[in-house]
Amino acid sequence: MTNISEDKIKNQLNPGEIVHLEDDLKIYNYLNLGPTHPATHGIFQNVLKMDGEVILDAEQTIGYIHRAFEKLAENRPFYQITPITDRMNYCSSPINNIGWQMTVEKLLGVKTTKRVDYMRVIIMELARISDHIICNSVIGVDTGALTGFLYIFQFREKIYEIYEQICGARLTTNIGRIGGFERDFNPTVISKIEEILKEFPKALIEFEKLLIRNRIFMDRTIGVGSISAERALEYGFTGPNLRAAGVDYDVRVMHPYSSYEDFDFILPLGTNGDTYDRFCVRQEEMVQSLKIIEQALKNLPEGDYHVDVPEFYLPPKDEVYTTIEGLIWHFKVVYGEINIPKGQVYHAVEGGNGELGFYLISDGGRQPYRLHFRRPCFIYYQAYPEMIKGSLLSDAIITMSSMNVIAGELDA
Amino acid sequence: MVDNNVLSDTISAQFGDDILSIEESYGMLDFIVNKDIIIDLLKWLKNHETLKFNFLTSLCGVHYPEKEDHELSVVYHLYSMYNNVRIRIHIFLPIAKPEVPTVTHLYPTANWMERETFEFFGVIFTGHPNLKIILNVEDMDYHPLLKQYPLVDNTRTDKDDKYFGR
Repeated sequence: MTNISEDKIKNQLNPGEIVHLEDDLKIYNYLNLGPTHPATHGIFQNVLKMDGEVILDAEQTIGYIHRAFEKLAENRPFYQITPITDRMNYCSSPINNIGWQMTVEKLLGVKTTKRVDYMRVIIMELARISDHIICNSVIGVDTGALTGFLYIFQFREKIYEIYEQICGARLTTNIGRIGGFERDFNPTVISKIEEILKEFPKALIEFEKLLIRNRIFMDRTIGVGSISAERALEYGFTGPNLRAAGVDYDVRVMHPYSSYEDFDFILPLGTNGDTYDRFCVRQEEMVQSLKIIEQALKNLPEGDYHVDVPEFYLPPKDEVYTTIEGLIWHFKVVYGEINIPKGQVYHAVEGGNGELGFYLISDGGRQPYRLHFRRPCFIYYQAYPEMIKGSLLSDAIITMSSMNVIAGELDA
Repeated sequence: MVDNNVLSDTISAQFGDDILSIEESYGMLDFIVNKDIIIDLLKWLKNHETLKFNFLTSLCGVHYPEKEDHELSVVYHLYSMYNNVRIRIHIFLPIAKPEVPTVTHLYPTANWMERETFEFFGVIFTGHPNLKIILNVEDMDYHPLLKQYPLVDNTRTDKDDKYFGR
Protein backbone atom coordinates (compact mmCIF):
# COMPACT_ATOMS: atom_id res chain seq x y z
CA MET A 1 0.00 0.00 0.00
CA THR A 2 1.65 3.23 -1.08
CA ASN A 3 0.74 6.90 -1.00
CA ILE A 4 -0.93 6.86 2.35
CA SER A 5 -1.08 10.08 4.29
CA GLU A 6 -0.39 10.56 7.93
CA ASP A 7 -3.98 11.53 8.71
CA LYS A 8 -5.28 8.43 7.03
CA ILE A 9 -3.10 6.29 9.20
CA LYS A 10 -4.41 7.97 12.29
CA ASN A 11 -8.08 7.95 11.35
CA GLN A 12 -8.93 5.10 9.07
CA LEU A 13 -6.91 2.11 10.12
CA ASN A 14 -8.72 -0.89 11.48
CA PRO A 15 -7.18 -2.61 14.44
CA GLY A 16 -4.69 -5.19 13.38
CA GLU A 17 -4.42 -3.95 9.80
CA ILE A 18 -0.90 -3.96 8.48
CA VAL A 19 0.33 -1.15 6.28
CA HIS A 20 3.66 -0.52 4.69
CA LEU A 21 4.67 3.06 5.08
CA GLU A 22 6.52 4.32 2.10
CA ASP A 23 7.94 7.50 0.65
CA ASP A 24 4.89 9.70 1.12
CA LEU A 25 5.10 9.76 4.89
CA LYS A 26 7.28 12.74 5.59
CA ILE A 27 10.05 12.82 8.09
CA TYR A 28 10.32 16.21 9.73
CA ASN A 29 13.52 17.64 11.03
CA TYR A 30 13.78 19.77 14.11
CA LEU A 31 16.33 22.51 13.81
CA ASN A 32 17.66 24.47 16.71
CA LEU A 33 18.15 28.02 15.51
CA GLY A 34 20.01 29.75 18.27
CA PRO A 35 20.34 30.66 21.10
CA THR A 36 23.77 31.89 19.98
CA HIS A 37 23.42 31.81 16.24
CA PRO A 38 25.24 34.75 14.61
CA ALA A 39 22.33 35.46 12.28
CA THR A 40 19.81 36.04 15.04
CA HIS A 41 21.58 39.19 16.35
CA GLY A 42 20.98 38.44 19.97
CA ILE A 43 20.17 35.52 22.18
CA PHE A 44 17.04 33.97 20.74
CA GLN A 45 16.27 30.31 20.43
CA ASN A 46 13.81 28.97 17.91
CA VAL A 47 13.08 25.30 17.53
CA LEU A 48 11.95 25.01 13.95
CA LYS A 49 9.97 22.10 12.60
CA MET A 50 11.24 21.74 9.07
CA ASP A 51 10.07 19.85 6.03
CA GLY A 52 13.18 20.04 3.92
CA GLU A 53 13.88 23.75 3.85
CA VAL A 54 10.32 24.83 4.53
CA ILE A 55 9.38 25.87 8.06
CA LEU A 56 6.21 24.25 9.31
CA ASP A 57 6.21 25.49 12.85
CA ALA A 58 8.41 27.27 15.32
CA GLU A 59 8.64 27.49 19.04
CA GLN A 60 10.50 30.31 20.68
CA THR A 61 12.41 30.18 23.90
CA ILE A 62 13.00 33.58 25.41
CA GLY A 63 14.39 34.88 28.65
CA TYR A 64 18.09 34.21 28.15
CA ILE A 65 19.01 37.66 29.40
CA HIS A 66 16.14 38.17 31.84
CA ARG A 67 17.38 40.49 34.58
CA ALA A 68 14.24 40.94 36.70
CA PHE A 69 13.90 44.66 36.00
CA GLU A 70 10.43 44.86 37.53
CA LYS A 71 11.66 43.37 40.79
CA LEU A 72 14.77 45.56 40.79
CA ALA A 73 12.65 48.64 40.19
CA GLU A 74 10.56 47.93 43.28
CA ASN A 75 13.68 48.30 45.39
CA ARG A 76 15.19 51.50 44.06
CA PRO A 77 14.52 55.20 44.36
CA PHE A 78 13.10 56.72 41.22
CA TYR A 79 16.24 58.26 39.80
CA GLN A 80 18.04 54.93 40.02
CA ILE A 81 15.49 53.31 37.74
CA THR A 82 16.62 55.36 34.75
CA PRO A 83 19.76 53.23 34.24
CA ILE A 84 17.60 50.09 34.30
CA THR A 85 15.53 51.39 31.41
CA ASP A 86 18.73 51.89 29.36
CA ARG A 87 19.20 48.19 29.26
CA MET A 88 15.87 47.42 27.68
CA ASN A 89 16.14 48.71 24.15
CA TYR A 90 19.83 49.48 24.15
CA CYS A 91 19.73 50.59 20.52
CA SER A 92 17.70 53.64 21.49
CA SER A 93 18.23 53.98 25.22
CA PRO A 94 17.55 57.76 25.43
CA ILE A 95 13.91 57.13 24.47
CA ASN A 96 13.58 54.68 27.36
CA ASN A 97 15.27 57.07 29.80
CA ILE A 98 13.16 60.04 28.84
CA GLY A 99 9.98 57.95 28.74
CA TRP A 100 10.59 56.90 32.33
CA GLN A 101 11.39 60.44 33.46
CA MET A 102 8.21 61.70 31.86
CA THR A 103 6.23 59.00 33.67
CA VAL A 104 7.56 60.24 37.00
CA GLU A 105 6.89 63.84 36.03
CA LYS A 106 3.33 62.90 35.12
CA LEU A 107 2.85 61.30 38.53
CA LEU A 108 4.34 64.32 40.31
CA GLY A 109 2.45 66.79 38.14
CA VAL A 110 5.60 68.52 36.96
CA LYS A 111 5.18 70.66 33.87
CA THR A 112 8.37 70.94 31.85
CA THR A 113 9.34 73.99 29.85
CA LYS A 114 9.29 74.14 26.07
CA ARG A 115 13.07 74.15 25.95
CA VAL A 116 13.26 70.89 27.88
CA ASP A 117 10.60 69.40 25.62
CA TYR A 118 12.41 70.41 22.47
CA MET A 119 15.75 69.17 23.74
CA ARG A 120 14.10 65.87 24.56
CA VAL A 121 12.51 65.67 21.14
CA ILE A 122 15.89 66.22 19.47
CA ILE A 123 17.52 63.47 21.51
CA MET A 124 14.66 61.04 21.10
CA GLU A 125 14.58 61.51 17.35
CA LEU A 126 18.35 61.02 17.15
CA ALA A 127 17.84 57.81 19.11
CA ARG A 128 15.11 56.72 16.71
CA ILE A 129 17.45 57.31 13.78
CA SER A 130 20.21 55.26 15.38
CA ASP A 131 17.71 52.47 16.13
CA HIS A 132 16.43 52.40 12.56
CA ILE A 133 19.97 52.59 11.14
CA ILE A 134 20.81 49.38 12.95
CA CYS A 135 17.65 47.60 11.91
CA ASN A 136 17.71 48.57 8.25
CA SER A 137 21.41 48.05 7.69
CA VAL A 138 21.16 44.64 9.32
CA ILE A 139 18.33 43.65 6.98
CA GLY A 140 20.85 44.46 4.24
CA VAL A 141 23.50 42.28 5.88
CA ASP A 142 21.10 39.39 6.22
CA THR A 143 20.29 39.56 2.53
CA GLY A 144 23.98 39.61 1.69
CA ALA A 145 24.72 43.32 1.32
CA LEU A 146 27.39 44.31 3.80
CA THR A 147 28.43 47.57 2.15
CA GLY A 148 25.47 49.64 3.20
CA PHE A 149 25.82 48.49 6.79
CA LEU A 150 29.44 49.55 7.01
CA TYR A 151 28.75 52.83 5.28
CA ILE A 152 25.74 54.02 7.25
CA PHE A 153 27.11 52.94 10.62
CA GLN A 154 29.42 55.95 10.77
CA PHE A 155 26.34 58.07 11.43
CA ARG A 156 25.37 55.93 14.37
CA GLU A 157 28.84 56.70 15.67
CA LYS A 158 28.18 60.41 15.18
CA ILE A 159 24.91 60.16 17.07
CA TYR A 160 26.73 58.41 19.89
CA GLU A 161 29.22 61.26 19.96
CA ILE A 162 26.31 63.62 20.53
CA TYR A 163 25.09 61.51 23.46
CA GLU A 164 28.61 61.57 24.77
CA GLN A 165 28.66 65.36 24.67
CA ILE A 166 25.31 65.57 26.47
CA CYS A 167 25.66 62.94 29.16
CA GLY A 168 29.11 61.35 28.92
CA ALA A 169 27.91 57.88 27.96
CA ARG A 170 27.36 56.26 24.60
CA LEU A 171 25.29 53.09 24.68
CA THR A 172 23.57 52.90 28.05
CA THR A 173 23.13 56.60 28.33
CA ASN A 174 21.25 57.46 31.55
CA ILE A 175 20.52 60.71 29.76
CA GLY A 176 18.61 63.55 31.41
CA ARG A 177 17.14 63.84 34.87
CA ILE A 178 13.67 63.94 36.34
CA GLY A 179 12.75 67.53 35.52
CA GLY A 180 15.03 68.12 32.56
CA PHE A 181 18.70 67.73 31.83
CA GLU A 182 21.80 67.85 33.97
CA ARG A 183 23.43 70.38 31.63
CA ASP A 184 22.54 72.44 28.62
CA PHE A 185 23.48 71.59 25.04
CA ASN A 186 26.98 72.88 24.49
CA PRO A 187 28.07 74.42 21.15
CA THR A 188 29.70 71.13 20.11
CA VAL A 189 26.34 69.36 20.40
CA ILE A 190 24.65 71.94 18.23
CA SER A 191 27.38 71.81 15.61
CA LYS A 192 27.37 68.01 15.60
CA ILE A 193 23.60 67.91 15.15
CA GLU A 194 23.89 70.40 12.31
CA GLU A 195 26.55 68.23 10.76
CA ILE A 196 24.21 65.24 10.87
CA LEU A 197 21.37 67.26 9.43
CA LYS A 198 23.63 68.27 6.55
CA GLU A 199 25.38 65.00 5.79
CA PHE A 200 23.02 62.25 6.84
CA PRO A 201 20.27 62.80 4.24
CA LYS A 202 22.80 62.34 1.43
CA ALA A 203 24.17 59.16 2.97
CA LEU A 204 20.66 57.90 3.59
CA ILE A 205 19.76 58.34 -0.06
CA GLU A 206 22.93 56.55 -1.11
CA PHE A 207 22.15 53.72 1.29
CA GLU A 208 18.60 53.55 0.02
CA LYS A 209 19.78 53.41 -3.57
CA LEU A 210 21.89 50.37 -2.75
CA LEU A 211 18.87 48.39 -1.66
CA ILE A 212 15.44 49.75 -2.32
CA ARG A 213 15.20 49.04 -6.08
CA ASN A 214 17.82 46.31 -6.01
CA ARG A 215 16.36 43.23 -7.70
CA ILE A 216 18.02 40.80 -5.32
CA PHE A 217 16.90 42.72 -2.26
CA MET A 218 13.34 43.05 -3.55
CA ASP A 219 13.13 39.35 -4.37
CA ARG A 220 14.40 38.47 -0.95
CA THR A 221 12.06 40.76 0.98
CA ILE A 222 8.77 41.39 -0.86
CA GLY A 223 6.05 39.13 0.49
CA VAL A 224 8.39 37.67 3.10
CA GLY A 225 7.19 37.55 6.69
CA SER A 226 4.03 39.46 5.97
CA ILE A 227 1.20 40.02 8.41
CA SER A 228 -2.19 41.59 7.80
CA ALA A 229 -3.32 44.72 9.61
CA GLU A 230 -6.08 42.85 11.50
CA ARG A 231 -3.75 40.14 12.65
CA ALA A 232 -1.08 42.69 13.61
CA LEU A 233 -3.58 44.55 15.78
CA GLU A 234 -4.71 41.33 17.41
CA TYR A 235 -1.12 40.53 18.21
CA GLY A 236 -0.58 43.95 19.76
CA PHE A 237 1.86 45.25 17.16
CA THR A 238 2.87 48.88 17.49
CA GLY A 239 5.44 51.12 15.93
CA PRO A 240 7.02 50.67 12.49
CA ASN A 241 5.91 47.05 12.28
CA LEU A 242 2.26 48.02 12.67
CA ARG A 243 2.59 50.97 10.31
CA ALA A 244 4.15 48.67 7.71
CA ALA A 245 0.90 46.69 7.87
CA GLY A 246 -1.03 49.88 7.12
CA VAL A 247 -2.34 51.10 10.48
CA ASP A 248 -1.49 54.73 11.20
CA TYR A 249 -1.02 54.44 14.94
CA ASP A 250 1.83 56.39 16.45
CA VAL A 251 1.95 57.48 20.09
CA ARG A 252 3.63 60.74 19.06
CA VAL A 253 0.50 61.68 17.11
CA MET A 254 -2.29 60.02 19.06
CA HIS A 255 -1.10 60.95 22.56
CA PRO A 256 1.38 63.77 22.02
CA TYR A 257 3.97 64.08 24.74
CA SER A 258 6.96 66.40 25.08
CA SER A 259 5.38 68.97 22.68
CA TYR A 260 5.29 66.63 19.67
CA GLU A 261 2.15 68.44 18.59
CA ASP A 262 4.33 71.44 17.62
CA PHE A 263 6.10 69.58 14.86
CA ASP A 264 5.11 68.87 11.34
CA PHE A 265 5.83 65.34 10.18
CA ILE A 266 4.08 62.52 8.36
CA LEU A 267 3.64 58.88 9.24
CA PRO A 268 4.86 56.59 6.50
CA LEU A 269 2.60 53.58 5.97
CA GLY A 270 3.08 50.26 4.24
CA THR A 271 0.43 48.03 2.73
CA ASN A 272 1.49 44.40 3.01
CA GLY A 273 3.26 44.32 6.35
CA ASP A 274 6.13 42.38 4.83
CA THR A 275 9.87 42.77 5.29
CA TYR A 276 10.17 45.19 2.38
CA ASP A 277 7.45 47.44 3.79
CA ARG A 278 9.03 47.44 7.21
CA PHE A 279 12.32 48.45 5.61
CA CYS A 280 10.66 51.26 3.65
CA VAL A 281 8.70 52.55 6.64
CA ARG A 282 11.83 52.74 8.77
CA GLN A 283 13.71 54.39 5.95
CA GLU A 284 11.10 57.13 5.62
CA GLU A 285 10.82 57.50 9.39
CA MET A 286 14.47 58.45 9.51
CA VAL A 287 13.79 61.22 6.98
CA GLN A 288 10.85 62.40 9.09
CA SER A 289 12.95 62.29 12.26
CA LEU A 290 15.51 64.52 10.58
CA LYS A 291 12.71 66.89 9.69
CA ILE A 292 11.57 66.99 13.33
CA ILE A 293 15.12 67.59 14.57
CA GLU A 294 15.54 70.40 12.06
CA GLN A 295 12.34 72.11 13.24
CA ALA A 296 13.18 71.62 16.90
CA LEU A 297 16.68 72.98 16.49
CA LYS A 298 15.48 75.96 14.49
CA ASN A 299 12.79 76.85 17.02
CA LEU A 300 14.68 75.82 20.15
CA PRO A 301 13.22 78.20 22.74
CA GLU A 302 15.32 80.14 25.18
CA GLY A 303 14.97 79.24 28.81
CA ASP A 304 16.19 76.89 31.44
CA TYR A 305 17.27 73.36 30.61
CA HIS A 306 15.49 71.97 33.63
CA VAL A 307 12.52 72.82 35.81
CA ASP A 308 12.54 73.21 39.54
CA VAL A 309 11.89 69.81 41.16
CA PRO A 310 13.98 70.04 44.31
CA GLU A 311 12.91 66.58 45.46
CA PHE A 312 14.48 64.92 42.43
CA TYR A 313 16.80 67.32 40.69
CA LEU A 314 20.23 67.66 42.31
CA PRO A 315 21.01 71.23 43.39
CA PRO A 316 24.01 72.97 41.77
CA LYS A 317 27.32 72.03 43.33
CA ASP A 318 28.22 75.53 44.52
CA GLU A 319 25.01 75.58 46.55
CA VAL A 320 25.75 72.13 47.96
CA TYR A 321 29.19 73.24 49.12
CA THR A 322 28.16 76.60 50.56
CA THR A 323 24.58 76.37 51.86
CA ILE A 324 22.92 74.02 54.32
CA GLU A 325 19.71 73.75 52.26
CA GLY A 326 21.67 72.70 49.20
CA LEU A 327 23.52 70.08 51.20
CA ILE A 328 20.31 68.72 52.73
CA TRP A 329 18.59 68.45 49.37
CA HIS A 330 21.63 66.86 47.84
CA PHE A 331 21.60 64.13 50.45
CA LYS A 332 17.86 63.67 50.30
CA VAL A 333 17.95 63.24 46.53
CA VAL A 334 20.92 60.89 46.52
CA TYR A 335 19.55 58.71 49.30
CA GLY A 336 16.11 58.76 47.73
CA GLU A 337 14.50 59.92 50.97
CA ILE A 338 11.48 61.46 49.36
CA ASN A 339 7.97 60.14 49.57
CA ILE A 340 6.17 59.93 46.26
CA PRO A 341 2.49 60.87 46.03
CA LYS A 342 0.04 57.99 45.88
CA GLY A 343 -1.38 57.14 42.51
CA GLN A 344 -1.30 55.08 39.38
CA VAL A 345 -0.10 56.34 36.08
CA TYR A 346 0.37 54.90 32.64
CA HIS A 347 2.58 56.79 30.27
CA ALA A 348 3.59 55.67 26.82
CA VAL A 349 6.19 56.95 24.39
CA GLU A 350 6.90 55.92 20.85
CA GLY A 351 10.06 53.88 21.21
CA GLY A 352 12.19 52.61 18.36
CA ASN A 353 10.00 49.54 18.07
CA GLY A 354 6.62 50.77 19.16
CA GLU A 355 4.63 51.83 22.15
CA LEU A 356 6.91 51.71 25.16
CA GLY A 357 4.64 51.97 28.19
CA PHE A 358 5.36 52.47 31.87
CA TYR A 359 2.66 51.51 34.33
CA LEU A 360 3.64 52.85 37.71
CA ILE A 361 1.80 52.26 40.98
CA SER A 362 2.95 54.34 43.90
CA ASP A 363 1.70 53.68 47.42
CA GLY A 364 3.21 56.83 48.88
CA GLY A 365 6.54 55.21 49.63
CA ARG A 366 10.01 55.98 48.35
CA GLN A 367 10.13 53.30 45.73
CA PRO A 368 7.55 52.24 43.17
CA TYR A 369 5.05 49.78 44.60
CA ARG A 370 4.88 48.17 41.21
CA LEU A 371 6.37 49.13 37.91
CA HIS A 372 5.37 47.32 34.75
CA PHE A 373 7.12 47.93 31.47
CA ARG A 374 5.10 47.45 28.31
CA ARG A 375 7.89 46.25 26.07
CA PRO A 376 6.85 46.32 22.42
CA CYS A 377 9.30 43.57 21.37
CA PHE A 378 7.98 41.14 23.94
CA ILE A 379 4.47 41.65 22.67
CA TYR A 380 4.97 41.44 18.94
CA TYR A 381 7.59 38.70 18.97
CA GLN A 382 4.85 36.18 19.75
CA ALA A 383 3.61 36.55 16.18
CA TYR A 384 6.92 35.32 14.80
CA PRO A 385 5.95 31.63 14.29
CA GLU A 386 2.86 32.67 12.40
CA MET A 387 4.85 35.04 10.20
CA ILE A 388 7.47 32.50 9.17
CA LYS A 389 5.20 29.50 8.71
CA GLY A 390 5.59 28.10 5.21
CA SER A 391 8.65 30.16 4.37
CA LEU A 392 12.27 29.17 3.96
CA LEU A 393 14.88 29.23 6.68
CA SER A 394 16.71 32.16 5.11
CA ASP A 395 13.44 34.13 5.05
CA ALA A 396 12.95 33.47 8.75
CA ILE A 397 16.30 35.16 9.41
CA ILE A 398 15.42 38.36 7.58
CA THR A 399 11.92 38.38 9.04
CA MET A 400 13.43 38.42 12.49
CA SER A 401 15.92 41.17 11.70
CA SER A 402 13.21 43.28 10.03
CA MET A 403 11.01 42.99 13.14
CA ASN A 404 13.92 44.47 15.07
CA VAL A 405 13.59 42.22 18.09
CA ILE A 406 16.00 43.51 20.72
CA ALA A 407 16.93 40.87 23.27
CA GLY A 408 17.24 43.32 26.13
CA GLU A 409 13.75 44.63 25.63
CA LEU A 410 12.28 41.20 24.98
CA ASP A 411 13.58 39.71 28.21
CA ALA A 412 13.55 42.73 30.50
CA MET B 1 -16.35 61.40 20.21
CA VAL B 2 -16.32 59.24 23.30
CA ASP B 3 -14.93 60.94 26.37
CA ASN B 4 -14.46 59.65 29.88
CA ASN B 5 -17.91 60.75 31.10
CA VAL B 6 -19.74 58.99 28.28
CA LEU B 7 -17.56 55.98 28.83
CA SER B 8 -18.18 55.63 32.54
CA ASP B 9 -21.95 56.19 32.06
CA THR B 10 -22.20 53.63 29.27
CA ILE B 11 -20.24 50.98 31.11
CA SER B 12 -21.97 51.42 34.45
CA ALA B 13 -25.37 51.42 32.72
CA GLN B 14 -24.58 48.06 31.19
CA PHE B 15 -22.90 46.34 34.13
CA GLY B 16 -24.36 48.17 37.10
CA ASP B 17 -23.45 46.61 40.41
CA ASP B 18 -20.59 44.57 39.03
CA ILE B 19 -18.58 47.73 38.58
CA LEU B 20 -17.19 48.16 42.07
CA SER B 21 -15.59 51.54 41.60
CA ILE B 22 -14.77 54.11 38.94
CA GLU B 23 -12.03 56.66 39.35
CA GLU B 24 -10.30 58.98 37.02
CA SER B 25 -6.57 59.31 37.52
CA TYR B 26 -4.27 61.31 35.27
CA GLY B 27 -6.88 61.42 32.54
CA MET B 28 -7.47 57.68 32.42
CA LEU B 29 -10.55 55.91 33.76
CA ASP B 30 -9.82 53.28 36.32
CA PHE B 31 -12.43 50.55 36.86
CA ILE B 32 -12.43 47.97 39.59
CA VAL B 33 -14.82 45.23 38.53
CA ASN B 34 -16.14 41.97 39.82
CA LYS B 35 -13.84 39.24 38.56
CA ASP B 36 -16.71 37.07 37.36
CA ILE B 37 -17.73 39.50 34.65
CA ILE B 38 -14.29 40.20 33.21
CA ILE B 39 -14.78 38.11 30.06
CA ASP B 40 -18.27 39.51 29.44
CA LEU B 41 -17.01 43.03 30.01
CA LEU B 42 -14.02 42.72 27.68
CA LYS B 43 -16.11 41.01 25.01
CA TRP B 44 -18.74 43.73 25.28
CA LEU B 45 -16.15 46.50 25.16
CA LYS B 46 -14.45 44.97 22.16
CA ASN B 47 -17.62 44.44 20.15
CA HIS B 48 -19.52 47.58 21.17
CA GLU B 49 -20.47 49.59 18.10
CA THR B 50 -19.13 52.91 19.32
CA LEU B 51 -16.61 52.06 22.05
CA LYS B 52 -14.61 49.44 20.09
CA PHE B 53 -11.80 48.69 22.49
CA ASN B 54 -9.92 46.67 19.92
CA PHE B 55 -6.44 46.79 21.37
CA LEU B 56 -5.09 45.22 24.54
CA THR B 57 -2.16 47.44 25.43
CA SER B 58 -0.91 45.59 28.44
CA LEU B 59 -1.86 43.03 31.03
CA CYS B 60 -0.02 42.66 34.28
CA GLY B 61 -0.38 41.51 37.85
CA VAL B 62 0.02 43.29 41.17
CA HIS B 63 0.38 41.79 44.63
CA TYR B 64 -1.21 43.49 47.66
CA PRO B 65 -0.35 41.19 50.59
CA GLU B 66 -2.30 43.24 53.14
CA LYS B 67 -5.68 43.05 51.36
CA GLU B 68 -7.34 39.99 52.72
CA ASP B 69 -8.97 37.75 50.09
CA HIS B 70 -7.99 40.27 47.42
CA GLU B 71 -4.25 39.75 47.44
CA LEU B 72 -3.71 39.51 43.72
CA SER B 73 -4.81 41.93 41.11
CA VAL B 74 -4.79 41.62 37.34
CA VAL B 75 -4.71 44.92 35.46
CA TYR B 76 -5.87 45.26 31.87
CA HIS B 77 -5.02 48.35 29.86
CA LEU B 78 -7.35 48.65 26.90
CA TYR B 79 -7.15 51.08 24.06
CA SER B 80 -9.75 52.08 21.52
CA MET B 81 -8.05 53.19 18.34
CA TYR B 82 -11.32 54.50 16.91
CA ASN B 83 -11.92 56.90 19.79
CA ASN B 84 -8.33 57.34 20.92
CA VAL B 85 -9.16 56.59 24.53
CA ARG B 86 -7.54 54.31 27.06
CA ILE B 87 -9.08 52.61 30.09
CA ARG B 88 -7.70 50.50 32.86
CA ILE B 89 -9.57 47.60 34.45
CA HIS B 90 -8.60 45.95 37.69
CA ILE B 91 -9.86 42.67 39.06
CA PHE B 92 -8.94 41.23 42.41
CA LEU B 93 -8.38 37.56 43.23
CA PRO B 94 -7.71 35.69 46.46
CA ILE B 95 -4.21 34.22 46.54
CA ALA B 96 -5.67 30.94 47.76
CA LYS B 97 -7.56 30.51 44.51
CA PRO B 98 -5.92 32.74 41.91
CA GLU B 99 -7.98 31.72 38.92
CA VAL B 100 -9.29 33.90 36.15
CA PRO B 101 -10.44 32.99 32.64
CA THR B 102 -7.99 33.70 29.85
CA VAL B 103 -8.62 36.47 27.32
CA THR B 104 -6.45 34.93 24.60
CA HIS B 105 -9.52 34.15 22.48
CA LEU B 106 -10.43 37.86 22.48
CA TYR B 107 -6.93 39.27 22.21
CA PRO B 108 -4.28 36.79 20.99
CA THR B 109 -1.65 39.22 22.23
CA ALA B 110 -2.60 38.28 25.79
CA ASN B 111 -0.90 34.92 25.35
CA TRP B 112 2.58 35.89 26.51
CA MET B 113 1.35 38.61 28.84
CA GLU B 114 -0.69 36.00 30.72
CA ARG B 115 2.23 33.62 30.76
CA GLU B 116 4.37 36.38 32.24
CA THR B 117 1.73 37.17 34.86
CA PHE B 118 1.41 33.48 35.71
CA GLU B 119 5.15 33.22 36.08
CA PHE B 120 5.64 36.23 38.30
CA PHE B 121 2.44 36.16 40.36
CA GLY B 122 1.02 32.68 40.05
CA VAL B 123 -2.26 33.79 38.53
CA ILE B 124 -3.79 30.81 36.75
CA PHE B 125 -5.52 31.77 33.52
CA THR B 126 -7.99 28.99 32.91
CA GLY B 127 -8.34 27.96 29.30
CA HIS B 128 -4.97 29.37 28.29
CA PRO B 129 -3.49 27.32 25.42
CA ASN B 130 0.03 27.09 26.79
CA LEU B 131 0.30 28.35 30.34
CA LYS B 132 3.91 27.79 31.33
CA ILE B 133 6.87 29.78 32.52
CA ILE B 134 8.28 32.08 29.87
CA LEU B 135 11.22 34.15 31.09
CA ASN B 136 12.79 32.20 33.94
CA VAL B 137 14.08 28.65 34.22
CA GLU B 138 11.47 25.98 33.68
CA ASP B 139 11.73 24.33 37.09
CA MET B 140 11.21 27.51 39.09
CA ASP B 141 8.46 26.67 41.57
CA TYR B 142 7.77 30.09 43.11
CA HIS B 143 6.53 33.40 41.80
CA PRO B 144 9.25 35.99 42.27
CA LEU B 145 7.29 39.24 42.06
CA LEU B 146 5.18 38.37 45.10
CA LYS B 147 6.05 40.74 47.89
CA GLN B 148 7.20 38.07 50.34
CA TYR B 149 10.35 37.45 48.31
CA PRO B 150 13.10 39.95 49.03
CA LEU B 151 15.32 41.14 46.20
CA VAL B 152 18.45 39.77 47.83
CA ASP B 153 18.62 36.37 49.44
CA ASN B 154 20.34 37.12 52.76
CA THR B 155 21.06 33.48 53.49
CA ARG B 156 23.53 33.19 50.66
CA THR B 157 27.16 32.97 51.72
CA ASP B 158 28.89 32.87 48.35
CA LYS B 159 28.86 36.62 47.98
CA ASP B 160 30.30 37.54 51.37
CA ASP B 161 32.86 40.25 51.10
CA LYS B 162 35.29 41.30 53.79
CA TYR B 163 34.96 45.02 53.16
CA PHE B 164 31.50 45.59 51.81
CA GLY B 165 29.50 42.83 53.45
CA ARG B 166 26.60 41.59 51.42
